[in-house]
Amino acid sequence: MNTSARYWREIPQRYRLEAGKCRKCGKILYPPRLVCPDCKGRDFETVILPDEGKVVSYTIIAVGPTGFTDETPYALGIIELPNGVRLMSQIVDVDLDKLSVGMPVRLEFRRLQEAGKSGILQYGHKCVPA
Amino acid sequence: MRDVAVIGVGMNKWGELWEKSIRTIFVESALEALDSAGVDHIDSMFIGCMSSGLFTDQEHLASLLSDYLGMNPVGATRVESACSSGGAAFRLGYIEVAAGVSDIVLVGGVEKMTDVDGGGATFALGTAADAEYESYHGATFPGLYALIARAHMERYGTTREQLASVAVKNHANGFLNPRAQFRSKITVDQVLNSSEVADPLRLLDCSPITDGAAAVILAPVEMAKKLGQPIIKILGSGQATDTIGLSSRADLTYLKATEVAAEKAYKQAGIGPNDIDFAEVHDCFTIAEICVTEALGFFEKGQAAKAAEAGVTARDGSKPINPSGGLKSKGHPVGATGVAQIVEIVEQLRGESGDRQIKNARRALAQNMGGTGGSTLVHILEVIS
Repeated sequence: MNTSARYWREIPQRYRLEAGKCRKCGKILYPPRLVCPDCKGRDFETVILPDEGKVVSYTIIAVGPTGFTDETPYALGIIELPNGVRLMSQIVDVDLDKLSVGMPVRLEFRRLQEAGKSGILQYGHKCVPA
Repeated sequence: MRDVAVIGVGMNKWGELWEKSIRTIFVESALEALDSAGVDHIDSMFIGCMSSGLFTDQEHLASLLSDYLGMNPVGATRVESACSSGGAAFRLGYIEVAAGVSDIVLVGGVEKMTDVDGGGATFALGTAADAEYESYHGATFPGLYALIARAHMERYGTTREQLASVAVKNHANGFLNPRAQFRSKITVDQVLNSSEVADPLRLLDCSPITDGAAAVILAPVEMAKKLGQPIIKILGSGQATDTIGLSSRADLTYLKATEVAAEKAYKQAGIGPNDIDFAEVHDCFTIAEICVTEALGFFEKGQAAKAAEAGVTARDGSKPINPSGGLKSKGHPVGATGVAQIVEIVEQLRGESGDRQIKNARRALAQNMGGTGGSTLVHILEVIS
């Protein structure tokens, strides 16, 4: 069993969508990093990501990993936000046959797994059609 | 730097080897490599293995394997780079011989994947993705490659049938490989109607879970000349990295690490993609072979799927890809795959590949990658006489 610290240290990113904005070149990084991969800058301010975006690509997972086997089939996508940030997210509350590349989605705060590896209910973002 | 040759190869029959442990699988292949090279000692060894800890509860692997190979107190190092662990081990062995630090080096790769159940194997493989920001949301490896496949289909008009043709071709090759896990021919219809894994990818788009090992022996070319066998020289070696998080990539269809690693290897070899007679590449999923052969410069971006469907990459095509059967048919014991690619190339260049022999091949390329291309190794080998 993982320690609970493993879980709570990611809460700012997972619950509040906190990203890092490079003070040198302006690139927004999610997840946050200590070094900007573009300009090598090391000075960041915390910004909150917008909660709307569009689907860049998606899949419907029929064979799920441990922790997600009861949820199959479920849709997983890469979502691009208006500021260029891309992140991975499940796409829910949608007819799986109606998914499409480019469809607008909104990020919502949802439960992700019953009890994850830390024995804690796991929360984070999921997408719904916007 | 000294010129380096591969002087011996070994590889056991791959598959679900329930009755054999990781140490046995490795030693069988390593002994075959030592015997084929005609050497009775080595100066050091490198072992590619992704996750003996998660798959078999065994770490500290290199020393265990050198002990069971009867080589103690030789120096031994295990190398981890997800599914490119074998290729990374090969590069380190090559560098050690080229640098003059060792004369005879054994490079092995091994993975024992059936000591855990399917969920355990999926979990272990999933650790090669971004655990905190991708696996956390339910990503699997077929799922990540499915995201790449969808992007390729949207951007270039690639079809499901074209993807399936990669699996059909690799099974046709593996059918002729006595060491392949699946020696069965399949059809496009069978691929399209196999069970769903991660849309648009189906079961027969995916490489299997495999137990297996492979080993090669390296030595300076000057020493190899005294052995009287055809000399298989390493012409170039390239390595590069990319984000392991797929969401961080601007173009999902572009395997940047493969292109950069290939550029390094081509530059060292003084040749380009048109000078390669055939290649063993990392077809962990059908879409992977498509994106890889584009990044290697064999085909223009967006054209590899059409070429595969047209038979260009078949054994008798103008650019044969994966004559061994690839990961798809031969099997994919993740840490062993990169070394097994070298085994196939050496045997082909020596003219020892039997029914699946590529005629008149003198120069070949091996491309081995980890995760969705977060790490990549490219090697170019040539037969000199």
